[in-house]
This record gives sequence, structure tokens and C-alpha cells, in this order.
Amino acid sequence: MIPGPFRYRRVRSVDEAVALLSQLGTDAKVLSGGQSLIPMMKFRLAEPSYLIDINPIPGLDFIEERDGMLRLGALVRESTLERSSLVRQRYPILHDTAEVIADPLVRNLATVGGNLAHGDPANDHPATMLALRAQVVARGPNGERVIPIDDFFVDTFVTALQPDELLTEIRIPAPPPRSGGAYLKFERKVGDYAIAAAAVFLALDEARRITQAGIGLTNLAYKPLRAVDAERALLGQQPSEELFRHAAELAAQATDPVSDLRGPADYKRAVARTMTLRALRRALERAQANA
Amino acid sequence: MTATAVRGIGVPVKRKEDPRFIRGKGTYVDDIKLPGMLFMDIVRSPYAHARIKRIDVSKALAMPGVIDVITGEELAKANLAWMPTLMGDRQMVLPTDRVVYYAQEVAAVIATDRYTAADAVLAVEVEYEPLPPVLNPFEALKPDAPLVRPDREQKSNHIWHWEAGDKEKTDRVFQEAEVVVAQDLYIPRIHVASIETCGCVANYDPATDKLTIWMTSQAPHAHRTVFSLVTGIPEHKIRIISPDIGGGFGGKVPVYPGYVIATYATLKHKKPIKWIEDRSENLQADSFARDYHIHAELAATRDGKIRGLRVHVVADHGAFDAAANPSRFPAGLFSVCTGSYDMEAAHIQVDGVYTTKPPGGVAYRCSFRVTEAVHTIERMVDILADELGMDPAEIRFKNFIQPHQFPYKSPTGWEYDSGNYPAALQKALDMIGYQELRREQAERRARGELMGIGISTFTEIVGAGPSHTFDILGIKMFDSAEIRVHPTGAVIVRIGVQTQGQGHETTFAQIVAEELGIPVEYITVEHGDTDTAPYGLGTYASRSTPTAGAATAVAARKIREKARLIAAHLLEVSPDDLEWKDYAFRVKGAPDRYKTMQEIAFAAYTNFPLGLEPGLEAECYYDPPNLTFPFGAYVCVVDIDRGTGQVKIREFLAVDDCGTIINPMIVEGQIHGGLTMGMAPALFEEIVYDENGTMLTGTFMDYLLPTAVETPHWKTAKTVTPSPHHPLGAKGVGESPTIGAPPAIVNAVVDALSHLGVRHIDIPITPAKVYRILQEKGVAE
Amino acid sequence: METLPIQVTVNSRTYTAEVEPRLLLVHFLRDVLNLTGTHIGCDTTSCGACTVLWNGRPVKSCTVFAVQVDGGEILTVEGLERDGQLHPVQEGFWEEHGLQCGFCTPGMMMTAVALLNENPDPTEEEIRKAISGNLCRCTGYVNIVKAIQYAARKLREGATVHVGGA
Ligand SMILES: Cc1cc2nc3c(=O)[nH]c(=O)nc-3n(C[C@H](O)[C@H](O)[C@H](O)COP(=O)(O)OP(=O)(O)OC[C@H]3O[C@@H](n4cnc5c(N)ncnc54)[C@H](O)[C@@H]3O)c2cc1C
Ligand code: FES
Ligand code: FES
Repeated sequence: MIPGPFRYRRVRSVDEAVALLSQLGTDAKVLSGGQSLIPMMKFRLAEPSYLIDINPIPGLDFIEERDGMLRLGALVRESTLERSSLVRQRYPILHDTAEVIADPLVRNLATVGGNLAHGDPANDHPATMLALRAQVVARGPNGERVIPIDDFFVDTFVTALQPDELLTEIRIPAPPPRSGGAYLKFERKVGDYAIAAAAVFLALDEARRITQAGIGLTNLAYKPLRAVDAERALLGQQPSEELFRHAAELAAQATDPVSDLRGPADYKRAVARTMTLRALRRALERAQANA
Repeated sequence: MTATAVRGIGVPVKRKEDPRFIRGKGTYVDDIKLPGMLFMDIVRSPYAHARIKRIDVSKALAMPGVIDVITGEELAKANLAWMPTLMGDRQMVLPTDRVVYYAQEVAAVIATDRYTAADAVLAVEVEYEPLPPVLNPFEALKPDAPLVRPDREQKSNHIWHWEAGDKEKTDRVFQEAEVVVAQDLYIPRIHVASIETCGCVANYDPATDKLTIWMTSQAPHAHRTVFSLVTGIPEHKIRIISPDIGGGFGGKVPVYPGYVIATYATLKHKKPIKWIEDRSENLQADSFARDYHIHAELAATRDGKIRGLRVHVVADHGAFDAAANPSRFPAGLFSVCTGSYDMEAAHIQVDGVYTTKPPGGVAYRCSFRVTEAVHTIERMVDILADELGMDPAEIRFKNFIQPHQFPYKSPTGWEYDSGNYPAALQKALDMIGYQELRREQAERRARGELMGIGISTFTEIVGAGPSHTFDILGIKMFDSAEIRVHPTGAVIVRIGVQTQGQGHETTFAQIVAEELGIPVEYITVEHGDTDTAPYGLGTYASRSTPTAGAATAVAARKIREKARLIAAHLLEVSPDDLEWKDYAFRVKGAPDRYKTMQEIAFAAYTNFPLGLEPGLEAECYYDPPNLTFPFGAYVCVVDIDRGTGQVKIREFLAVDDCGTIINPMIVEGQIHGGLTMGMAPALFEEIVYDENGTMLTGTFMDYLLPTAVETPHWKTAKTVTPSPHHPLGAKGVGESPTIGAPPAIVNAVVDALSHLGVRHIDIPITPAKVYRILQEKGVAE
Repeated sequence: METLPIQVTVNSRTYTAEVEPRLLLVHFLRDVLNLTGTHIGCDTTSCGACTVLWNGRPVKSCTVFAVQVDGGEILTVEGLERDGQLHPVQEGFWEEHGLQCGFCTPGMMMTAVALLNENPDPTEEEIRKAISGNLCRCTGYVNIVKAIQYAARKLREGATVHVGGA
């Protein structure tokens, strides 16, 4: 399998990337980790005329906590995220997610930015970012804008990014006390996309009432999904097995999966429920440990 | 010479082939590069069944770097549009008017490099008129089904009917039987998916008028004969080299259209042509395995004595019967399906059917159709046990062929050479702690947890010949070895079989080391080059050790007999006064007077007795008197997740008996690999088509090879029951685990659910399938 | 057709070449540099037969363009042995029968080398996870795990090893 021909441009700054993108329009694609783009090019499902390689841009691979936000540069590799002690300690849900994406070799190149920018409902980070209420920072010819994650995923393989915009950063609110998150994925084997996966983030108040609830679901609809009804059902309640089951059921009902080789739609919905329930339990454990 | 120095049979000698592989210095087909080499790439059909209305190659031909586009029409002029299959059917090389499976070869592009060839494939325009696909063999057998093969005289999709056993006697047993159980079992299409795909470099050299083809071949000699028959080129003008092969497992036994087109192209252009498949092409178009629709019935007494087996199979062979079975066995050795159990009668029927799917019916790291046979009987025995409320171990002990019954004549006509089935099963049960596991299972069940224990006690049948029964296209299934001992005592062994990772360069050297008392490091084994290796039928169906291994031992013994004469001459005694002991010829009663093989070898060229031919060489074409019958007892323990339907193999123990073991390290490695390829179709792999006949599992994203994470830490053990007729007592092992593992796993999963009334689940046992059952039974979480 | 100049250090030797941007790193290594120890087993970035170290990290060279590694360092299986001394991972694969057909082996060993550079004493589970991007059809992985454990032991005992590529 051989990709079609294209022209290649290497950029060393965000400005340079944006300038080239504006100049070349939809003919150009950003090359980040290449782990989604190159396979598609090999099958000629993508045939861009230009690739703009952003990997040489220095300083776009930061992982830092600043001003109450975790900031991830677009070029942070999944394997870096997986090994970050900051992430492991403060954002275990992100660690959970990175660890189940593709396989360890793919993760050495695949970037968090690319994972979101690809707009693939089968990718794992979108659900996590939905649960965490992340923000995506994009830079275009008219400067920078911050896109709330809820507005980011538009359709299958379509995001709010304009063709001349570069995703530069992802911001995640720092976790309050008594909060915890977890990502649970059920896949057929390592390297597979999820049959169903659930990202859950919970925060409790001192009276053990749920003050924040985020639930994101992977590969269960035409785009990454937030289980809004399930979140609402949790808010203000004290966690209990019964409540979690109810929320998991609501989350499953929110899904709209297609039947395919991973299983029939109703099966995927059932697994969505199981994953949500188990992620709720684990998020709660972590929230309690975090008191 | 001491055993430590010789390192012959039974020693875990480190492999002699490994130094090149661990340095990245193996030579696989795609590593071969010749001056002026061109690249071939193939245009494939997007339809499972269609008429070809037009092929327009002009755009492709106009591209810079494109040399040629070859179509079926052109091949037809050279009488090469069709080729024979190994099963006496014929197969399209390139179509002239219609395609009969998805991803079928339609045209071939020749270009100066891979990239240009790939671009040109997209520029070839083909206009199709779709025809209705025929995907289900039962539908295919209906009178109004579209005809897959109008080229045949017989205007139906039925290929052949084949029977074994005694129908009348079997029917009688079933009439009288106190208990009969019946079950439909489907063993789906799967693919061997060796990590190296198939390919070749074909090079016709006009200066020498010689055609050399490096190809991914498990049977270079047989392929040379086929090529000679197909092209009319005399056999001595064809040289087939099977270099290092990145896994075969049966998928590199057939001749694929790509090889033939590349050969045609080199003859036409007088330039070397390289063709290497993509993984997608490999999965989509190369020979598949299995696709057996089985209906089985078992008759028994109420106390669990099996009396008879009746089986009917509908075998989906795709568009051409391109299986790789011995010619007189269109269903391979499937009739060994009475397994390890003594019964009065059996009757087996198999019907081969055409569908618009890729051709095949090859093995998958297993002997011809034995996996299907073992799956049938091992599942049926468990189903019978369930019917009678018996423990699966108990019913097996009750029905085993007993050690004293060997050689045992099976109701379908096989003569099992040796075995001790109760000992193997007892060992497995003891090692795994069977009773304890059953107790644990009861406790877990009480808590609502799902745990299962599965047993499989299989008998394998390997090592075809003997030649009176087995041939491929008329070529008898013997095998060969040729040994040359050089003056310094260094040895070259050339064998007719070929290695794809089984370690022949080591094990065959060990056989010679043992027989001749020459240290293994002085022995080189060569294979895979038809110009130098003796004729052989190839490596598949675990036949190397039983056939070529025996040939090697016999040839070595011929050398020893000649060496005795030379030793007698050197020691000035009569040959009868010598005995072969501790790796030397020693004077009886005076063991300190001896000659080693090294000394004798030197004398064979420098100081041989008058009247004796100089030199020390021998060859043997070994025609085995019978097949060998390895066996084993496997136990598998699984846990099932009620929230997802996922099956987890907690523990798997394989007790194997392959007779005498030549290299225990290699045997264990073969077992690990075979178990993994047994687990794969049991839990993961399946070739799936949509309703148009388009393959949905054409890449490794959807054709699911297990990784190290899904694969359990296999545990192995052995018993040793030598084959009485093999010169070394060896039986062959590479494939036993692939046939023994699937029923052990399925039996374990079914066992976990048996209290809910589940009796059978078809493979692959996917989480979705299990979850559906859990839902039906009301135990899904 | 556009070609671009690249300079790459492969197994400590520096090469310059003019390449088409779409040339995959694996084809650059195999077809241009004749380093055929790196193999190709799939089209979907699934099998890992093509694994090499790029600036010390194991990546699938079928899913990287040669132009991307301009100025970088690549280590392939051919660069593991130094001064006639096998790398402990190579030794481990030989000792523990960690290979059969040998086709997955170069990629598998490169992943193992990177793992041991990072984690000198991995558990069986860690090893299995680390090699889960490399498919082997022959061995059933048990002996590959043992081979890597062997190498880990050997490295901890202080075998002299270069850490190549990085
Ligand atoms: C075998 C395999 C299995 C996989 N399994 C999973 C899995 O289970 N879960 C999962 O989540 N992912 C999986 N992936 C996908 C992997 O995580 C991808 O790498 C990821 O989706 C994209 O990241 P990337 O950096 O490689 O992006 P690229 O492939 O470089 O780019 C992807 C798309 O995003 C665009 N893009 C990238 N970065 C930017 C940016 N900064 N600004 C604007 N546009 C940008 C590109 O132009 C392109 O259209 C798998 C990949 C493979 C090969
Ligand atoms: S060739 Fe399979 S992952 Fe690279
Ligand atoms: S040794 Fe053959 S694929 Fe691994």
C-alpha cells in the first residue's frame, strides 16, 4: 500500500504553519503524528496535495499546570502523556486514556492534538476531553480562539477547526478536591478501536454530593458523545450503586451505535452501560481517595 | 565422542538458523534485488461476481515508468489464462470474461518501481457488469442458484461427494442406540496470515535459457513440476528457490496467480520481475482455511459408551477447488474424526461446493482438515457428556482406545500407530488440579460467577505418505535426504522439505549428529533450492519429521554401514567384530580400540579398502509405511465477564505426545505457537463477507491476530510414546496444538454456561456472541 | 515530481539522499539503503515488523515518511551488534528460542531494546504490554517474553552495551 504523491513542507513555528495553511487552503493537511493520516493516505482515502509537517515546531509538546488549567501542547505524544507523573497523579483519567490508545509503538508518534483534530468518534481522547470539559485552542490567520470542547466535534471526521487553523493547545480545568475520573475501554484486542468506552469525571462536595459530573462516550455515535442526561441525573445526588446504574442506563440510551464487526448495536449499547458503570465506580474511588 | 559433544537427539540445541535472523540478515523473497528488476502490482476486482465488459489499459500504459499491463486476454493467447490447481480443478490466472470473487486478480501492471506500479494499478479502467454473488454453500446447491463455474461440464455448483466408513453398519448402530445427540457446527473461514505475505522474484535469463523463481513456497519441487506443466518449460530449465520464509502454515502451498503472471512477464520482458503482495491482498485473495458446515451425530449407550459417529459436511471451497490435499482425499484426512475413541462404526460424507469467494481449503498450521475432524469429535463428546450428565473427563476415560489396542484400526480405515491416551489425560488432570477446579467452579457458580473448564483429548494424523495412498497430482508423497560426509568429517545434508521457522537446519543436523557421532556444529543442512535439494513434497501437515526426518536417519544409517567397512579396514578386524557404541565403531570386547566417524571420513577419501567405492555419501527416498498419530490432552480454564461477554483464558495446560523428541526446545516452541494459532480462530479470527461478497476483514484492523496481551502464558508438558514404525520413533508436532486448542477453549466456555442450558457455541467465540447468550439466559450484567 | 534532499544517520552512519516525499521510511531503509532486516507485514500500522528506533523511540517505519526523519537518527536491527558483540536482546532471542520464522524478530527486538533502555527490570506483564504492537504468528510469545527477561538480566549484570540510535 503506497500513498499517492504530495508535496511536503516542514514548518518551524505556528505562524509559519498558519501562513502556509491559509495559502494552500484545503489542498493541504497538517501532519502531526501521522498515525491516522498516513494509514489513510496508504489506502488513498486521503490524498492531500501538501503535507505541512508541524513536528519541527519547538515547544509545542508542553505538559504543564498553570492558572488552574492543565495545558497540553498539540504535539504531546500519547506515550509522553502516559509517562507523565503529573498526569498520572493529578489526571489519572488521561493516563487511563493514553494507555489504551492503539499500541505502544503507535503511541510514540500519535499526538493528543491529532487525536482530537482527526474528529474520529472512534478515537479515545474526545470522550475524555468531553468528560473533563476541556477547551481547544486554535490559531488561524485572525489569531487565536478558544473552542469549548462541546462545540468542537461537528460530524464524523469534522471538527470546528477551519482548514487554515492549527490546533495548538488543549486546556483542562485542574481537578477540585474530592474529584476523580476514569476511562474504561472495551476492545477486541490491543490495537483495536473501542467496542464501547466511557470517560467519567466526578467531583463531590463535603456532604458527598456530586457537584460535577462529566461522561463522555467513545465510538457509540457518528461523533464523540456526551451523556448529558446521565450527567444531570448524577448532579446533586449522593453516589450509590443504584444511582450509578441509573446513570449508566441513561448513558447507554444516549448512544446511537452502528452494527458492525465489533458487534450489533444493542450489544454496543450494553457494553456502553457496563463501561459507564465501571468507570463511575472507579471515578468515585479516586474521588474519595482524593478527599 | 561424548553425547555432550555430539548434541544429537533429545538435546535443546540452540538453533543454527538464528544467527542470521537476529542480525537482520535473513533473506526473504522481498529482500532479493536483481539488476534491472521490474515490479508487478495487481488490479483486483471490486465485485464478487461480475462480467468484465472492458479493460482499458491505455491510461496506465501512458504513465512514465509503466512497462506493461498484462490481461487475461493476453495470457489466453499463451494458453496461460487458466492453471491447474493441486486438487485437479482449474483456476483462472487472469480472467478473460468474468470474475468470481472479490479481490480476484484482473490485470497486472509492470513498472520500474513499486510506487509507479501502485499508481498504475489505479489507472487501469475496468468496466464490470455485476452478477449475483453466491455466498452460502447451501444456497449454492439449490437448482436455481447462479452458476459459479459455467466453464465446467457439470452445470451445478456441486464439486464432489466423498465418503468414508461404513454407512449400513453406522445406520444400524444409530437405530439401535439408546442415546443419540446431534449438533450443527460451523467452522468459519480463516486465514493463516503469516507475517510475511506471498510473493516472488521471477527471472528468465536468455543467456542460459534458465528460469529462476524465488518464491514464498512451502513445496518448491512440487511447484517446479506445476510450473513446468503449466508453461511447457522443461523441468531442468526451471529453478525454484524458496529462501527464508516468514511463516507458511499452509498458505504457501498453493500456486497463486501472481507467481504465474510474474513468470509470464519475465519470459516476455527478459527482465527480473518482483511481485510482493500487500497484507490486504494476502487476506482477501489468498487461499483460506476451513469453511466447513458440519452436521454431526453421536450414538451411545445410556451409560456413556460411544457406539457410532455420523457426519455430513458441506465444504465451501470458493470459486475453485484450490485446496492442497492429497489428490485422493478431497476432504483431506477429515475421516480421522472418530478421534481418540473406540467405537463400532462411523460414516462420513463431505460435499464440496463452489461459491463466489476466494478459492482454497488449505490448512492453517494443521494437517489436512484434521482440525475440523478434531473439533467435531471433541465437541460431540462434550455434548454427549452433557446429555448424560457425565463429567467430560469421565466420558473420555470410558471411551479411549486403550494402550493395548494399538495398532488400532479405526472405523474409517486408519491404522493408529501408537498411543496412551489415558496416561496423557490423567497427567493433565493431575497437573492442573482438576478436582480442585471443579470445586472452585461450583463455589463461583453459587456466587453467580461464570467459570469453565474445558478438555480436549485429540489424536492428530500426520506424515503423509505412504505413497500407495497419498499423492499430489500423481506425485507420490515420499520425502528425501542426501548426506555427504567430507574428508574432515564435516557434513552437508540436503533435504526435500523446506523450513518456514520449524528449525529444520537444527533438528535435521541433530538427527545426523546422533546417527553419525559427528558434533552438530559440523553439520550444515540445506533445503529449498530445487537445483540442489533432492526431490521432496514440501513442508506442511507436520510431515517433515515423519518423512524427511526418517529419510535423513535412514541415509545416515546407510553411511554408517559403509563406515563400518572402512573402520574394519583401519582396525584390521572383520566388520562383524565391530559395534557402534558411544558414537564410534569399537572392537567388540575391546572398546578402547575404536574409530570415530571423523577418522573414518578421512579414510574414506584417503585410505579405503580395496574394492570399496571411495567417498562417504548416501541418499534416501523414504516412503513411510504408515502415518504417525501424535496426540495430547489439553485443559483450559476460562472466566467470563458478565458485563461484556469477554472470555479470559485463565490457564491453559497442554500435554503433548509426539513420540521421540529431537529438540525439546524447538518442540516446546512449536507447541506455544500452535496453541496461539489454535486460540486465534477460537476467540478472534474470522473472514467475514457482506451480502455483496465484499470481504470485511481484509486488513489486520479487522482480521484479529492476537497480541502478547491476549495470549496466555501457555503451560506445556509431555508424555512420550514413540512411533513403532518411524526410524527414530518421532511423530511430528508443529500442528497438534492448533487442532487441540480450539475445542478445549470452546468446551471451557460452554462448560461455564452449561448449567444455563448452553450446549454449543460456534467459533469464533466473540464477546458479542457470548453476551447475547448471557442476555437470553438472563444472566447478563 | 518533487524530490527533497535528506540526511539521516542510520546505525551511526550518515547518509544523504534525494527522495520523493511519499517514500516511506521502511522503503527508504530497505530499497534505498539495502537494510533489509526491517520487514513489512501489513498495510495498517498493525504488525510492527517494520519497527525501528527513531531518535531512540521505537516507531513503525511503515507509517513515517523518510523526509520526516531528516536530521534524525535511526537504529535498525543491523545496528544492534557492535564490534562483533551481539546485543543482549539478540543473545536472548537466540538463547531462549524467541524466534521461529524470524520475520517479526527484528521489529520485536527493536521494541525490546527500547523497553529495556527505559525499564531495566520489567515484569512479564510489562513486557507483554510493551510488545503488544508487534505481532508474531509463530512463537506464541512465551519465549519472546523469556528472551527479553534474559536480556534484562544480562543487562543488569552489567553487560557492556551501547544505547544505540539515541
Ligand atoms: C493501528 C492503530 C490503532 C489505533 N487505535 C487507536 C485507538 O484505539 N484509539 C485512538 O484514539 N486512536 C487510535 N489510533 C489513532 C492514533 O491515536 C492517531 O495517531 C490519532 O488519531 C491521530 O494523531 P496523530 O498525531 O497521529 O495525527 P495525524 O495522523 O498526523 O493527523 C490526523 C488528522 O488530524 C489533523 N491534525 C493533526 N494535528 C493537527 C493540528 N495540530 N491542528 C490541526 N489539524 C491537525 C491532520 O491533518 C489529520 O487530518 C490508532 C492508530 C493506529 C495506526
Ligand atoms: S508493516 Fe505492519 S506495522 Fe509496519
Ligand atoms: S517468528 Fe515468525 S512471525 Fe514471529
